[in-house]
Amino acid sequence: METLLAIGTRKGLWLARSRDRRRWEVSGPQFPVADVKAIGIDTRRATPRLSASVLNSHFGPTVVTSDDLGATWSEPDDAPVAFPGDTGAALEGVWQFAYGPEPDVVYVGAEPSALFRSDDGGRSYELVRGLWEHPHREHWEPGGGGKALHTVLPHPHDARRMSVAMSTGGVYRTEDGGATWNPSNTGIRVEFMPEGQEFPEYGQCVHKVAVDPSDPDRQYLQNHGGVYRSEDGGATWRSIAEGLPADFGFPMVAHPRRPEVIYNFPLDSSMMRFPPAGRCRVYRSEDAGAMWTGLSKGLPEGGFWSAVMRDSMCADDADPAGVYFGSRSGEVWASPDEGETWNQVAAHLPDVFCVRAAVI
Amino acid sequence: MDAAVSTVSVGLPSVLRGLAEGNSRVEVAGSTLGAVLDALAERYPGLERRLRDERGGLRRYVNFYVDGEECRRLDGPATPLRDGAEVVVIPSVAGG
Repeated sequence: METLLAIGTRKGLWLARSRDRRRWEVSGPQFPVADVKAIGIDTRRATPRLSASVLNSHFGPTVVTSDDLGATWSEPDDAPVAFPGDTGAALEGVWQFAYGPEPDVVYVGAEPSALFRSDDGGRSYELVRGLWEHPHREHWEPGGGGKALHTVLPHPHDARRMSVAMSTGGVYRTEDGGATWNPSNTGIRVEFMPEGQEFPEYGQCVHKVAVDPSDPDRQYLQNHGGVYRSEDGGATWRSIAEGLPADFGFPMVAHPRRPEVIYNFPLDSSMMRFPPAGRCRVYRSEDAGAMWTGLSKGLPEGGFWSAVMRDSMCADDADPAGVYFGSRSGEVWASPDEGETWNQVAAHLPDVFCVRAAVI
Repeated sequence: MDAAVSTVSVGLPSVLRGLAEGNSRVEVAGSTLGAVLDALAERYPGLERRLRDERGGLRRYVNFYVDGEECRRLDGPATPLRDGAEVVVIPSVAGG
């Protein structure tokens, strides 16, 4: 068994491969000096197709694909993701790739906040107008990293149902294939709103949402302050932050197969965006957030004044699952055993924006 | 050729030449910078989106020198071009 780990950073893409998920061979950089903000690995194909969001600060954003596991990349002449002329908008970047139940359908989440759909396996995309034309759109404000739709969660079996999340704006859901969308943030507190207005219908700065593999209606959410679970497909949310050392953070990852197993990386607070006491710890719950355990075997016990961004943690699709994360200080760790032990894959890379892994 | 349309020379940086069949310099017709970029887009579609976004806006960190003067100090895409003018595309300062 060989595993591929793709690492997107502020200055390019690195690829790592391993047969035991303990020793890794790292190659790169590809797309030097470009922001690689998102990576997708489409494992529905015999040879997974890689997609990467590449943002060159001079020449703008694009999406490239590879059908040989990153040895070579291609892109069409025409921009694969672009706003139609009547919108008056220009693409600033792609933040997310997501794969739904229909073959060759790929979604991307974009900046400024928009959803695009591909029907050709991710070569070219069209704007999902139902969301773009939502009357709330003018009220979605940029989060710290930009005004981005960063999370796309197609229902695994029902192509009409999908959730997205954006900063800011929060969670929106469709049940008709993207024609109409409704905000879905009931119970999610906004810490940057005054008393009495902390639970708005929308406007939350949701950082990441993950879906339980056994029940698509069970979802987990890392907010800009607050960690939540929904049991009703995102209609309502309740806190699962008790037992965590802090409720701030960016990533939220669900195990690929085991029900109720989730991972996050707590940071002290919005005003103190470091792991508590500078200890590098992944937190795992095995009961949908009722209890949490800090995982640190092999990770720095102190002096870790770094952070893990929303897409910089992932799991692979192996059994046992591998778990991965990369830091803003350019270190990447892998666990071959669901988080029990960790090995360093790489160090001294640029800021890690995203990691994605799969058995190849 | 229409006497009113200028023919200008566009110099490309090495990083973009692969999108223009390897040419470091391209001769195109157009009486304004915008018209020259339109002509370039037609000939080399892959080059276009590196120079302008989908609204037609010049990419912020790409400079377009027209006879030695950056176009934003002139009239931007509407800058008129004399016959035989030299346009040079140079990546500006960005990144870190």
